[in-house]
Amino acid sequence: MAIELPKKQAVIVGVGWAGGIVAAELAKAGIEVLGLERGADRTPADFIMQKDEMKYALDHDLMQDLSKETVSFRNDKDMTALPMRQTGSFVLGTDLGGAGIHWNGQAPRFFPYDFEIRTHTIDRYGEDKIEEGITLQDWGITYDELEPYYTKWEKTAGISGEQNDMTPWMSEEYPTPPMKETPAIRLFKDAASDLGLHPHQRPSANLSENYTNPDGKTIYQCQFCSFCERFGCDYQAKSDPLITVIPTAVDTGNFEIKTHANVREVEHEDGKAVGVYYIDGNDGQQYYQPADMVILTTYVLNNTRLMLQSGIGQPYDPETEEGVVGKHYCYQIMSGAQGMFEDKQFNLYAGAGALGGGVEDYNGDNFDHSDLDFIHGGVLSLNQTGIRPIETNPVPPDTKSWGSEFKKASTHYFYRTLSIGSQGASMPYRYNYLDLDPTYTDENGDPLLRMTYNFTDQDRKLAAHQAERSEEIMKQMGADIVTQTNQATGDYNIVPYQTTHNTGGTIMGASSETSVVNNYSQVWDCENLFVVGASTFTHNGGNNPTPTVGALAYRAAEGMLEYFENPGILVEDED
Amino acid sequence: MADEKKSSGLTRREFIKNGSFAVGGLIGGGLIGGMLFNTSSDTATSGGDHDHGNGSNDYMEARLFFKRQEDFRVLSSAVERIFPEDEVGPGAIALSVPYFIDRQLAGSWGFNAREYMDGPFEEGEDTQGTQSALLRRDAFLQGVRLIQKEAKASHDGENYFDLTEEQQDAILEKFEAGDVDMNGMSSSQFFSLLRVATLRGVYSDPVYGGNKNMDGWRMKKYPGGQMAYMDIIEDEEFHDMEPISLHEHHN
Repeated sequence: MAIELPKKQAVIVGVGWAGGIVAAELAKAGIEVLGLERGADRTPADFIMQKDEMKYALDHDLMQDLSKETVSFRNDKDMTALPMRQTGSFVLGTDLGGAGIHWNGQAPRFFPYDFEIRTHTIDRYGEDKIEEGITLQDWGITYDELEPYYTKWEKTAGISGEQNDMTPWMSEEYPTPPMKETPAIRLFKDAASDLGLHPHQRPSANLSENYTNPDGKTIYQCQFCSFCERFGCDYQAKSDPLITVIPTAVDTGNFEIKTHANVREVEHEDGKAVGVYYIDGNDGQQYYQPADMVILTTYVLNNTRLMLQSGIGQPYDPETEEGVVGKHYCYQIMSGAQGMFEDKQFNLYAGAGALGGGVEDYNGDNFDHSDLDFIHGGVLSLNQTGIRPIETNPVPPDTKSWGSEFKKASTHYFYRTLSIGSQGASMPYRYNYLDLDPTYTDENGDPLLRMTYNFTDQDRKLAAHQAERSEEIMKQMGADIVTQTNQATGDYNIVPYQTTHNTGGTIMGASSETSVVNNYSQVWDCENLFVVGASTFTHNGGNNPTPTVGALAYRAAEGMLEYFENPGILVEDED
Repeated sequence: MADEKKSSGLTRREFIKNGSFAVGGLIGGGLIGGMLFNTSSDTATSGGDHDHGNGSNDYMEARLFFKRQEDFRVLSSAVERIFPEDEVGPGAIALSVPYFIDRQLAGSWGFNAREYMDGPFEEGEDTQGTQSALLRRDAFLQGVRLIQKEAKASHDGENYFDLTEEQQDAILEKFEAGDVDMNGMSSSQFFSLLRVATLRGVYSDPVYGGNKNMDGWRMKKYPGGQMAYMDIIEDEEFHDMEPISLHEHHN
């Protein structure tokens, strides 16, 4: 039996970047908002002097406790999905602020091409360019329509950056100037320029100077201490929800947060959400929270799981290609090159999560794909995020992995090794999808989300191309030993860390036949339910997803406020 | 902020290099190596952590997990082969890695506390990650006893820790290749676990009991968790500086 609570106007499930943005915008407009966060409370004081590689980077203190909940995984339907028992390929956030706390702060936009990828690809190359099984869709929104929301998020976060001919157009400059260059980044940029490419300083949520955002929240200047990814920031110098949108929402007096409140299901009647069920981790009791509007902002995987568990929207079936929930699970295809320099030592212990140089020449459709057998691409970047000693042990190829030989090589090359990485865009594939696992359950007995995912030929060709381009730059940089790196030579493996840029499952589109939400992140089949986050990405671009999540969240919040005024579906269904 | 530190770092490494014969891998116990190392390092450190150096931290060098001394001696010898004392600097024993692993196994890491450990357990494909039901603490007990068993079987009943370095390496290589039968995980998985645990012990913050006196970090010129690098971030020259641990941050 659930204990019923007094009704709220809006209930937000999961309080990270997306939930925080929505909370701030609704609360500022006078809506009474309740945030239900499954994890613990956190404040910036939790991150002071927490420079501990083992606890955070390796043992994932800020991330999801997999003993309570995980996903199951298989490469294809002929395999039995088995639980992801240890964190590996991606690191899932939890607690107040979510994954927005442990992110690096890399803040690029997607390209105009991304949002109209199907139309553009057919226009330029013809329909045959799209490989069999690649179920490419436009997003139901253009870059130009989304552009003001990108700007809004960048102002909230105070992003430090610069533009050039290869980066997406912007209506305004970044709020703060680009970050400092390091010798390693300079070397990369000079080599890229020598090769005729267009290097830029990467847009960063680790700020180049103190900045107060339009909500009056201050983000401080980055000190390059290098404890960003997998850590909270010591200095409140990495924009995150805890120092921006969450306090903005709380300050209005209209936003209440309950932590340890793990939502299991959205209750709905006649095409409308009426409330949510959650377990309170403090007393173990189940509660029913009624609401006029429900907003799911629980990251990609739980957004999809909650929709499936609640029976909202038709689950996707890869055999018939009918249904929408769980469709278009995408990831990113990581490849690049590593270079070892005998005569140079770089101060690589220093850095910042988003400190880097990048080139966008091989991203989106910035280069001609006529003679290539894949579409899209990815940013190539050299990031100086700061290396740490347990995880970073570079050795030349064919070096023994233990003993004195390993010890000598790994200490020698520690500061002599640089890497260029490509975040390869991930195209939707008919057989890559999410559904509920038939066997494994979480701590509450609810089915785990089952991930069926493998790399495609498109992915492998893209990754190989990007590794070759990275190798060219690394050679131009003068490295003595250059090796390509590529995670996508075989099947996708859930063990080695690749990226926490999971996307899809509740995708956005122009039609209820082919998508779960419209471009206000409003669920076609349940008009007062909004699902916000990278789960709505129709494919994954070749860049970090957070700014696009932020932009879509600001747009969604606008739609929610409109809905409170004039209930109904906000966008005409092109079905 | 950092330039002047360069000489002290080099002095320290020189010291370790000169002293390496005394704390070599064949001295099995951490005690002798640790005492030698600490006593001498106190005089060689400028700006280092004297609280650690003068021995107060040695109270933590006692076993919490391993009940049988024999198991612990096998573990110590094995991790020393994975990260041996050599001209680069101290090995796993001098860095107190065996005690580090012992403490890790006694706690949440040993119990796989934050991992999904519900059944059913099936073997699965490599791409699906570990599906072992075996807790790390049990894997280590089984693993070190099998190392000892291999030693005795192939060397006329000799202890693993009494074998030559070459003989010890050969047994570890057999584990690494997956050629030893284990129950609940392959011997190559166990070897990988042992290797990772060793590197954690060498390079994690000294608060966990390894990386003794931050000498693991010094070998890599790793400065620990410095507060800021604003002053040097753009510099072309390499800066070698005294490391800082959580102890300094939290006290």
